Amino acid sequence: MSEPKSEWRARLALVLVMIGLTVPASAAWNNPYPEAERTANILYAAFNERPKHLDPARSYSENEYAFIAQVYEPPFQYHYLRRPYALVPLTATAVPRPIYLDKSNRRLPPTAPAGAIAYSIYEIKLRPGIRYQPHPAFARDERGQPLFQSLDAATVRRFNTIADFPRQGTRELVAADYIYQIKRLAHPALHSPILGVMADHIVGFKDYARTLAAAWRKLAAAGADGAYLDLTRFPLAGVEEVDRYTFRVKIHGKYPQFLYWMAMPFFAPMPPEADRFFSQPGMAQKNLTLDWYPVGTGPYMLTVNNPNRQMVLERNPNFHGELYPADGEPGDAVAGLLKDAGQPLPFIDRVVFSLEKENIPYWTKFLQGYYDRSAVPNESFDQAVRVGGSGDTEVSDEMKARGISLLTSVQTSTFYLGFNMLDSVVGGYGERARKLRQAISIAIDMEEQIAIFRNGRGIAAQGPLPPGIFGYKEGQAGVNPYVYDWANGRAERKPIEAAQRLLAEAGYANGQDATGRPLLLYFDTAATGPEQKARLDWLRKQLQKLNVQLVVRATDYNRFQEKMRKGDAQLFEWGWNADYPDPENFLFLLYGPNKKVGGEGENAANYDNPEFDRLFERMRNMDNGPERQRVIDQMVDIARRDAPWAWGLHPMQFSLQHAWVSNVKPNNIANNTLKYMRIDPQRRAVAREAWNRPVVWPIAAVMALLVAGVMPAVVSYRRRELRSQRQPNG
Amino acid sequence: MLAYLIRRLLYAVPILLGVNLLTFALFFFVNSPDDMARIQLGVKRVTPEAIAQWKAERGYDKPLVYNDKAAGLQRVTDTIFYRHSLRLFAFDFGRSDEGRDIGYDIRQRMWPSLAIALPTFLVGVLAYVTFALILAFFRGMYLDTVGVVVCVILMSVSALFYVIGGQYLASKLLHLVPISGYGGGVDAFKFIVLPVVIGVVSGIGGNTRLYRTFFLEEIGKDYVRTARAKGLSEARVLFRHVLKNALIPILTGVVVVIPLLFIGSLIMESFFGIPGLGSYTIDAINSQDFAIVRAMVFLGSVLYIVGLILTDFSYTLVDPRVRLS
Repeated sequence: MSEPKSEWRARLALVLVMIGLTVPASAAWNNPYPEAERTANILYAAFNERPKHLDPARSYSENEYAFIAQVYEPPFQYHYLRRPYALVPLTATAVPRPIYLDKSNRRLPPTAPAGAIAYSIYEIKLRPGIRYQPHPAFARDERGQPLFQSLDAATVRRFNTIADFPRQGTRELVAADYIYQIKRLAHPALHSPILGVMADHIVGFKDYARTLAAAWRKLAAAGADGAYLDLTRFPLAGVEEVDRYTFRVKIHGKYPQFLYWMAMPFFAPMPPEADRFFSQPGMAQKNLTLDWYPVGTGPYMLTVNNPNRQMVLERNPNFHGELYPADGEPGDAVAGLLKDAGQPLPFIDRVVFSLEKENIPYWTKFLQGYYDRSAVPNESFDQAVRVGGSGDTEVSDEMKARGISLLTSVQTSTFYLGFNMLDSVVGGYGERARKLRQAISIAIDMEEQIAIFRNGRGIAAQGPLPPGIFGYKEGQAGVNPYVYDWANGRAERKPIEAAQRLLAEAGYANGQDATGRPLLLYFDTAATGPEQKARLDWLRKQLQKLNVQLVVRATDYNRFQEKMRKGDAQLFEWGWNADYPDPENFLFLLYGPNKKVGGEGENAANYDNPEFDRLFERMRNMDNGPERQRVIDQMVDIARRDAPWAWGLHPMQFSLQHAWVSNVKPNNIANNTLKYMRIDPQRRAVAREAWNRPVVWPIAAVMALLVAGVMPAVVSYRRRELRSQRQPNG
Repeated sequence: MLAYLIRRLLYAVPILLGVNLLTFALFFFVNSPDDMARIQLGVKRVTPEAIAQWKAERGYDKPLVYNDKAAGLQRVTDTIFYRHSLRLFAFDFGRSDEGRDIGYDIRQRMWPSLAIALPTFLVGVLAYVTFALILAFFRGMYLDTVGVVVCVILMSVSALFYVIGGQYLASKLLHLVPISGYGGGVDAFKFIVLPVVIGVVSGIGGNTRLYRTFFLEEIGKDYVRTARAKGLSEARVLFRHVLKNALIPILTGVVVVIPLLFIGSLIMESFFGIPGLGSYTIDAINSQDFAIVRAMVFLGSVLYIVGLILTDFSYTLVDPRVRLS
């Protein structure tokens, strides 16, 4: 019996040795990328939500800009390193100064008062020689005729992606492409989110939208597949092609923020050939649309477009060339951000974005070196970041050991708790309601909320303006005196007694009204789910400090929005991300004519103070300077006193990056920042291999255990079978 | 048999119509066309004009099921339900509310779903039947007792735990496979192996116990005793006789899910980054894309009906006594 046993053991040992031999010492089995990319100059990133639109006329969210901002080039961009944020030319030769005209189109001096200015003209000159990425829309045959502009549905059926088209072409960027894109903003089928804004500003835009709508209806009535509305046949009064490389945009009045709009992808050039190409019959059935396949002049082009799995940006071989900035903020040189000054962009050849819906695989892959940069997921915060006693933050020892560094920045956003000014209890402009709102503003301890629920990632707001926006004031000068005291060199929230005093003055002594009934308030929010419950409980407790009862009415976002539109909410929470770095983009959230109720605007608190509105109308047309700062100070003070918001917080962005990533500086306004980043692929490859050596012995051990567990039963069965075979003979 | 098939297909029509109506009612009970427009157009700077135009373009400006302003048959046909739901019967899924062709998306996304679901299904059925046979084979021995206890433990663990635990063990700790991702061709293997193993392991407990019960029930029958009396080995009795006769209850649960393999699995595909159909419906519900929701519910219902018909046909293959008429 000992012979077969030893034979079996020898076989098992041989199998284990063979498994061991098949494991290469350095190969990383868990590498999700092809081995050929081991030392390639590729940046690996993730996205957690599939983009909805990649058409620059429609796209209006951060997760979409992450892709299209690398492909499309508006005339201007934000300087990568300078703060405060500053516009610099991108495809334009310069950031233009507006030409002001009066009602009779006579030129006015640059110092003309805003009231006298009837029109502003922006003349944009483009740099010649800029070429589009290779694309079949530009492909031409030997005779110069377009190759893929008159396809029928049967031919289109042969192509599944843009890469399937056998020929590609390019052409030079011209002013007409920018004009074409501005016209597209009025296209009725595109539903551009800024149609309403531009209709208020660009001369003739409202009528133009009506003209296009009528033409489109006519075209749609024909019902043909591949309907194409040729916008070149419809002139727009407010835009003019001066020459091949120059165009003008004429807007109503003085509106300095218009330049910021022109730094957004909405104003990126669109070649009419591309629009026509994607409008051909059969294209939409293959999801070959301009909404999914960007065509631009930028440093990258989208070569793989599978929003359910992977999006890949590759270096545009026709990129016009741009140099890394040579100047920045003080401290940028020390931080190594100017080492590449004057070097041609982009530094990275490919950027691979993978869809990661869940935090666990995303975070694990970052730690394994398979993502180069990462946000800090809430559940991994303690693993990644150490918060000091004074609130300072640094990476944990585990991260340090891997060479991971942390970048933090305050976002140009605000999350606020608002009061509905139309409400009979918390709304209104009398002393009673004002003191009630101020008391609540003091009682809700935003610093505590930031510490408990955001891991310290945010700063308590002192007003509507976040840091980084002109008008924001640091230190004592920027403190909200109705909620904070300046003490010990920092802003300290007023004691709860101050809030109780204000509440009593408002007629709610000890949280009760004149009849002795407790004050009951309602809080509407779209925050639902177990993770939000703790925060909402915390909020209830904040008002309990004043003996005020808070009823939380959590609902889905649709119902919440409906309540806000109808003015049915009492207290609510909402937020705003900056479109552009101008105080107008935040202060308009409190501008009376912009009320949610009746106006469908963004003023969710329905705040309507004539003095604030008067100052806003003055401020919005002013250039940045001491005078504008004075007006902003007055506005902020009015708003703080009236307290239509409890002022909430400005979130902080924490991001981690591996040691092989450089040239990263947080920029909350610009989206086209991939071109500045640099990686060291060799260093990454070494780290990945060191961190991901496969460990196979536990598998072999488990298999051995299983075999050992089953063997006695097999032996026992064999004995039983042998017995049963012997019995008939016996 | 053909008459049976035609009859079953005709039965399917009112079922599908009912499913369609129910989906429509539930969806529009929760969402209004205005809500849908706002979600699609974004939350910033949306004007009432843009909402009205969006609805008009997609026919969501019509009444839901009855148009009292229209005349004649148009009272029924000029409604959201008629315009959007009935063409599904021609398998014309149309476009999603964000503008993508739904049929194209389904055709693209079903293959990754199938790449995970099919091997999980095949390996799973094979493993469950094998384990159940082994337990039945060693019935009454310690291996059977230990096996049942292990099955009960495995049944008690949540599917999510298998996913997270499997990812932690296989990818984070042992570095054997990528924790998530998907690739084409040969590359697909390293991405598929972990979800397939997890899918199989997570089903072992329940299925093995169930199949073991089927086998033990058969083992006690007279024909098994006869087979043993003829001198057949225990292995031959189990694999040739017991397995074949226990197949009908197994097929009842197995064949019906075959067509549904195309639909994929939400948890698996989310955690493993598989670009399949698993999350298509959930994403559509979140983005209030009625076009996708109705198409996927319709497709799911069709596939389920197909699964039931296939199950009936499979009975005739394993049991000659069964006739479809």
